[in-house]
Formats: sequence, C-alpha cells, structure tokens
Amino acid sequence: MWKWFHRLASPPHLYRTAAAFAPWFAFAAALLIGYGLVDGLVFAPPDYQQGDAFRIIYVHAPSAWLSLFGYTTMAVAGAIALIWRIKVGYAVAAAAAPVGASFTLSALVTGSLWGRPMWGTYWAWDPRLTSELILLFLYFGVISLRKAFEDPNRGDRASALLGIVGFVNVPIVHFSVYWWNSLHQGGTVMRLGKPEMPGSMLWPLLAMLAGFMCFFGAVLCVRVRGEILSRERQSTWVREVVSA
Amino acid sequence: MTPRRKRLWVVLGILAGVSASVALAVVAGRQDISFYYVPTQVALGKEPRDKDFRIGGLVMKGSVQRKPGDMTVHFVLTDYAHQVPVQYTGVLPDLFREGQGIIAHGQLGPNGVFIADEVLAKHDSKYMPPEIAASLKKNGANAAAAAPMPKG
Amino acid sequence: MILRSGFWAMGGYARFVWPSIGFALAILAWNVWSARRHHARALVRVRRAIQMARSEES
Repeated sequence: MWKWFHRLASPPHLYRTAAAFAPWFAFAAALLIGYGLVDGLVFAPPDYQQGDAFRIIYVHAPSAWLSLFGYTTMAVAGAIALIWRIKVGYAVAAAAAPVGASFTLSALVTGSLWGRPMWGTYWAWDPRLTSELILLFLYFGVISLRKAFEDPNRGDRASALLGIVGFVNVPIVHFSVYWWNSLHQGGTVMRLGKPEMPGSMLWPLLAMLAGFMCFFGAVLCVRVRGEILSRERQSTWVREVVSA
Repeated sequence: MTPRRKRLWVVLGILAGVSASVALAVVAGRQDISFYYVPTQVALGKEPRDKDFRIGGLVMKGSVQRKPGDMTVHFVLTDYAHQVPVQYTGVLPDLFREGQGIIAHGQLGPNGVFIADEVLAKHDSKYMPPEIAASLKKNGANAAAAAPMPKG
Repeated sequence: MILRSGFWAMGGYARFVWPSIGFALAILAWNVWSARRHHARALVRVRRAIQMARSEES
C-alpha cells in the first residue's frame, strides 16, 4: 500500500497512470450520464408533488455532490503535499480546484432554477444555500491565491493551507439542513437505510452520480497531466516524453 | 519530532482551531443562522420583536380560507404542538397545499395573526410517482403529510 | 419517437427544467474544453522550454 502510494507520488509515474485511467473514466462517464439523462428525463415518472420539475435533481444533486467531492480532493491533496512534501499533491490540488468550482456554480444555478417553481424563490439566505455560496468563494480564493505569488512554490503552499482551513465549510454544507431550520430539504440518497425514492426514479439518479464522479476522474486526469508537464518542464523525463 | 511530523501537527492544529472557532460561532448564533422559527417558539415568545421574521410549519388541514375574487388567503401553521394563524395576499407557490410545509415571512400582528408578505414552500426529501402516492393514500398511509418540521 | 407526449413541455415546468439541464451540460462541456486546453498549453510551455535550452546550448 505504502509502496504503491510512494510510486504514485513520483511525477512520471502519476503522469502515465493518469493517461491510462483517463479514457476509461471518460468512457464510463459517457455511458452512465447518457443512460441517466434518458432514463431520468424520459422514463422516470413525475413526482407526486413536484411533477416534472423534480427532474432537475438529475443534474443538481450530482453537481452539488461534486462541489463537495472536488473540494475534499483539493484539500486532501494539498494536505498530503504540505505535510509529506509530496509535490504532485500540489499538482492534483491545482487540477481539482477549477473543476470543483465549476460544479459548485452548476449546483447553485440548477438549484435556483428548481427553487423558483417549487419554493417560490430563486434565492434565499438559507444555511444550505449560503454555505454553498461560501464554498464557491473559497474555490475562487484558493485559485487566485495560487496565482498571487511570484514564487510558484509559495503560491502552492498558501493555497493548500487556505484549502485545508476552508475545509471546515464542507461538513457545514452537508449538515446545514439537519443542524438548522432550512428551506432546503434533507438528503434523499445519502442517508442511512433506505433512500426515499422508488427504483424507477433512483436508478437514473445513481447513474448520474456515478457518471459525474467518473467525469470528474477523467477531467482530473487530463488536468493533472497538464499540471505535471508545466511544473516539471525543466526535467529530462518530460523533455523525452514531449520530444518523442 | 521529525519536521514532517511537526508540519502534520501544525496543519491539524490550524484545522482544529478554525473548526473550534467556527463551531463556537455556530452555537452562539444558532437561531440567527436558522432560516425560520416554528410555532412553538412563537408561542414561547422566542421570536424577534419589532422586526420581520420567518415562521415555518405545516399548513393545517382544512384551515385554508379564501374569499372568491380576493387574493388574500388565511390559513393556520402548525408544528403539531402550537398553531399560528397567517394572513397573506399574493401569489402562492405551486407546492402550497394543506399538509405542506411552508415558510412565511412577515410580522406578528397585535391580535396574534401573522401578516405575511412572502410565502415559500418547503418540499421534503421523499419522491414518488403519483400512482404510488394515490394508492398509499387509499390504503390509509398518510403519504401527503410532509416531513414534520424540525423542532427548532 | 418513443418520447411520451408533452415531453418538451415538462408538465409546464419547461422553462425551469430545460435551462437547468442545459446549464449543467454546458458546465460538462466547459470542463472537457478547458482540461484539453490546459494540457495543450502545458505542452506548448514544455516545447518552449526545450527550445530555449537548445538555443542556449548552441
């Protein structure tokens, strides 16, 4: 396990591993998202209360899930890099940030389009909505802090630290609907015991969640490769790979 | 202590410190973060005075009254323990119906009637096709009852 | 088409459902485009670094 971990920490090895994984993730993502969209939008029955508006869940929930998963990936990679001085950790953190930020935006926009017909408002300063907005600003902070330093190493360290400190917001986003009186409903899938949804609605949702995860994996692989190339451009192995 | 272990503790320490201060802030401002008050809190006089606030609860069955040709609607919000009558003039969200969890924004009048200027509907985390909901209802299970509002 | 009737109307919620699906798909597309551009730009940077090293040698 440790050996595997250490090998992955070597830039050329991670560069090749990412290249090997990317097409599989992409393939699985295309399959799962394709199935999820068709089954969710066409075949799943409308909800007894929300009618067809509930179908927004098929893009909203996976986006929201990735917004937290992306942040966690970024914070963990940054922590590994800071503590064990494993430099590829910074590359992974830098690669995850814009992807996670984009899905946070997607969660906010799709949620607002769901809120308007169902709640009666596009936006409310509700604990869940507000903490998700803070998440977006944290992403922006981490991304811009990395670019704010002349010395890229200091930028990496500073943004990793901000990412780790900002991680306290992740459980707040997740549990906000249970800790406070909130306009937003509680979780449907991620709960102990049975999800509160019949299979005909649940299967496409699970497929979309898995598909978005695979999509994140594929995009992260491509971005990590780019990060490693630019960061290691003075090393001989990169020059051999590129000129070959 | 190796430098690596030291960095680990520094990072964990910062994270613990920030979490603790956030937790304290959250506990101190628990009510201010919450989006609404429930009828029980209003009955105990815990609602904010002299300012608008939100009140959330279930629309009591059979309590919705409308006069034809009038946009004003009267209904009663309940959290099963206490009730607050609400008066609202305007367009209601699609999900507004009896038994549904809703959140009203406005202020408490001197006669104990909550005068709302905005009504939002809260939907629960249960999803089901209409046919299943209908058969559940027929079999006596209370499908339409929204998840009870949190205690507050 | 096997689409049920009224598919595009989404039970009257078309103006909320379709923009949100569209926005999410646009985010997916942006991610594909920007990840590939990111990788391509990195390649350009490496090539430039190689050229600079070569011109210093000569």
